[in-house]
Amino acid sequence: MSELWQLSISEASERLSRRELSAVELTRAHLDRIAQVEGHVRAFVTPLDQQALQHAERIDRRRREGEQLGPLAGIPLAIKDVICTEGVRTTCSSKMLEHFIPPYDATVMTKLHAAGIVMIGKTNMDEFAMGSSTENSAFFPTRNPWDLDRVPGGSSGGSAAAVAAGEAMGSLGTDTGGSVRQPGALTNTVALKPTYGRVSRFGLVAFASSLDQIGPFTRSARDAALLLQVIAGHDPKDSTSVNAPVPDYLAALTGDIHGLRIGVPQEYFVEGTEPGVRKAVDEAIATFKSLGAEVGECSLPHTRFGVAAYYIIAPAECSANLARYDGVKYGFALRETGDDLIEFVSRTRAAGFGAEVKRRIMLGTYALSSGYYDAYYLKAEKVRTLIKQDFDSAFERFDVLIGPTSPTVAFKLGAKIADPYAMYLNDVFTIPANLAGIPGISIPGGFSEGLPVGVQLLAPSFGEATLLRAADAFQRGTDYHTRWPKLPVKQTRKRG
Amino acid sequence: MSIDRKTVDHVAVLARLALSDEERNQLREQLSTILEHINAIGEADTSQVPATAHVLPLTDVMRADDPRQFRGTQELVDRAPAHEGPYIRVRAVLDND
Repeated sequence: MSELWQLSISEASERLSRRELSAVELTRAHLDRIAQVEGHVRAFVTPLDQQALQHAERIDRRRREGEQLGPLAGIPLAIKDVICTEGVRTTCSSKMLEHFIPPYDATVMTKLHAAGIVMIGKTNMDEFAMGSSTENSAFFPTRNPWDLDRVPGGSSGGSAAAVAAGEAMGSLGTDTGGSVRQPGALTNTVALKPTYGRVSRFGLVAFASSLDQIGPFTRSARDAALLLQVIAGHDPKDSTSVNAPVPDYLAALTGDIHGLRIGVPQEYFVEGTEPGVRKAVDEAIATFKSLGAEVGECSLPHTRFGVAAYYIIAPAECSANLARYDGVKYGFALRETGDDLIEFVSRTRAAGFGAEVKRRIMLGTYALSSGYYDAYYLKAEKVRTLIKQDFDSAFERFDVLIGPTSPTVAFKLGAKIADPYAMYLNDVFTIPANLAGIPGISIPGGFSEGLPVGVQLLAPSFGEATLLRAADAFQRGTDYHTRWPKLPVKQTRKRG
Repeated sequence: MSIDRKTVDHVAVLARLALSDEERNQLREQLSTILEHINAIGEADTSQVPATAHVLPLTDVMRADDPRQFRGTQELVDRAPAHEGPYIRVRAVLDND
């Protein structure tokens, strides 16, 4: 017998609109599930039990009064704590914003609330979205529901874990160098990074402005299409959002990928990837072939410069974006008498930011400083052009590119935290898409020794419909995405 | 590529970070290691390409100059760690002499 929290968004949506299920029942089922497993998983920074039930009651009332509601009405979703939610604490998992309550909603939140979602909580992350394991949270690490001694990935670890554990039916994360796709791969969830400019960044606390994108976590490609449909679109409040029509993503899920040309970049299949990951990805490629896709080889020759270019550009942009945290206008402030303004600001920042954030600010400031700008930042921007050109060439012959999302399965907590560059290498396959601005999706592609393996598909800009069609077709032919982790549950009295 | 303590100190001033002595030493080591890896981009032939600061072909995104009343000023001021009435309190910017 399956539980309500195991339903897909599509299934729950059907039942809700036929009034076989109420939003309150569905929300209560999720709150019970959270009570059972959250002690182990720790996905949430701010759970929102009361608010969630209130939203759910409102949705039920509107349905009772005969109003026709959309597919997300009454669906419990979790939101990464880097997205501004009016009246609800938004911490970016940092001491700097531990008590910050935004006075406005991000555009994605305005859209989701208009669609009637039930916001079930704000999720844990690497501080200011910097990290690949959620171990950089200033508060506590989130654990991987598939093995509680292992990381869920990062920086959107809380959002990924919440969906993987059944604590939410979907969630939002953000992806700057892989922070949606990589945790998706490590937690057996569908994780999509849209094309840069597809989803508004208004109200998204900025890390790297030319790279950041908000993207959904779900347990199926169909559910991801439902979420993307609502959050995508031009926003006059975000001058980097693109004024391009949003296609009907659900209509794109025909189940047919005959003739889809899939490119296999040789540079994504070199040493450094775990054999179990490699094997699962090879099998996934065979599955795509059996579904009618045409598979061929290609090359993205500048792949090996991606991590280096990213770890100049992203820290440089972050050093500018995080300059605003000065203890003056909002957030954490360290009161020491006798400090002048510069001492006050410098001490506040040193105390309010964690180690990884400080490291990246220092790296970025150095790369932009006089004498180093040309060798580092300008050079990295030119490498960025080369990486984009690699993709442009490959997409002349192929519709999508395929490879592993992450070179490894989930690693143990503490395993990589002492070596920053080893941690950065987790992003080797995800970073290029952010640099080029193209969309990418990680889908459950199999298991290696009981741990999830994610397969990544990349498409040209605004090719989300193709990605979702390919992912959906794969999911009609496999069942990896339907599997659940075995979590120890706390026995609780069910709510009446 | 090793960076020296003097450089770390200089960058910390630019970044407005009052790092402890231990942090400075650690960062000197870590940044040197990271920069060594990053120096690999020197091997890329970028002689024929322009820089990409931004992936979208957007320039000068404008909107109509349409004045509206903003009513949230006090809400913003109330969030400041130190405030008084409609003002945010700031340490002195100018010296008294």
